[in-house]
Amino acid sequence: MRRNLQILAATAALLGTGLWAGLGARRGWTQTSLPVKTVDEITGIEAISYHPGFRPGIDFLGAAWLGAVALGCASLLFHKTAVKKTMVDSHQTATQ
Amino acid sequence: MKTTTLKTLATLAALAGIQAALLAEPLTFDFKDPKGVNNATFTLDAPLEAISGSADGVTGTVTFDPANPAATKGRIVIAAASLNVPNSMMKQHMHGPMWMDTGKHTEIVFEAKELKNVKTEGNKTSADAVGSFSLHGVTKELTVPITLTYAPGKLGARVPNLKGDLLVVRTNFVVDRRDFAINPSAPDDKVAYDIHVGVSVAGAAARP
Repeated sequence: MRRNLQILAATAALLGTGLWAGLGARRGWTQTSLPVKTVDEITGIEAISYHPGFRPGIDFLGAAWLGAVALGCASLLFHKTAVKKTMVDSHQTATQ
Repeated sequence: MKTTTLKTLATLAALAGIQAALLAEPLTFDFKDPKGVNNATFTLDAPLEAISGSADGVTGTVTFDPANPAATKGRIVIAAASLNVPNSMMKQHMHGPMWMDTGKHTEIVFEAKELKNVKTEGNKTSADAVGSFSLHGVTKELTVPITLTYAPGKLGARVPNLKGDLLVVRTNFVVDRRDFAINPSAPDDKVAYDIHVGVSVAGAAARP
């Protein structure tokens, strides 16, 4: 269990960082719709319209790392001794 | 003969006067844009949270006299419900009662009462518009720098089958959200006090 949680924590951190970096490494907040600018030829006015899309921001990266740290801390609740004890028990059984 | 000639001259002069008066009449430009290009932008640049968005629900009218741009007056209205930011949760908060409370305060309005420091060069006029600005249910007197670009006969190029003129109004100014009771207790480092507003809108005056 301890090992599984540690793997999950590492995966969350790597996946979160990878997604954030891969989708533009945005330093602002996550965008759940993307602004698209177009210029009106006659007036020169720059119009802004929003299209569905996702661009993770610094809050997304923070949440991924926070999740990873939480999972890492949770893994510490499961002691290694439980594994050792099982190994000792199985060794004793084998020698008997 | 002389009397008839004089009468004819007087009639012609009167007609010319009427025509001149008609030509000099201010044009009324409607800012409800069928193309949906008109928009206002806003930016709040705080150290911890930079917010920028736009609004496209623009309406209003401006009376503009090409022969006397200094006499320009008008009212530009932005529907508060059209305020948009690229983050759905941030948008929800912005429209909520803690911030813009758009369900209650439905309009953002600037009403220009007079122009000062008017400078006209060709079809472009720059001036300081003195008027009132209403935001979040609070109205304050405000003077903002504006540019007016008059484009005679250009309406048809933008909206087919229509003849007339275009007037492009641009302005950029800053207001303090505390002056308009927009969550004044929220700290400046998270949501900046200064709201940088930009407005770029085109109005149409159709002619028969």
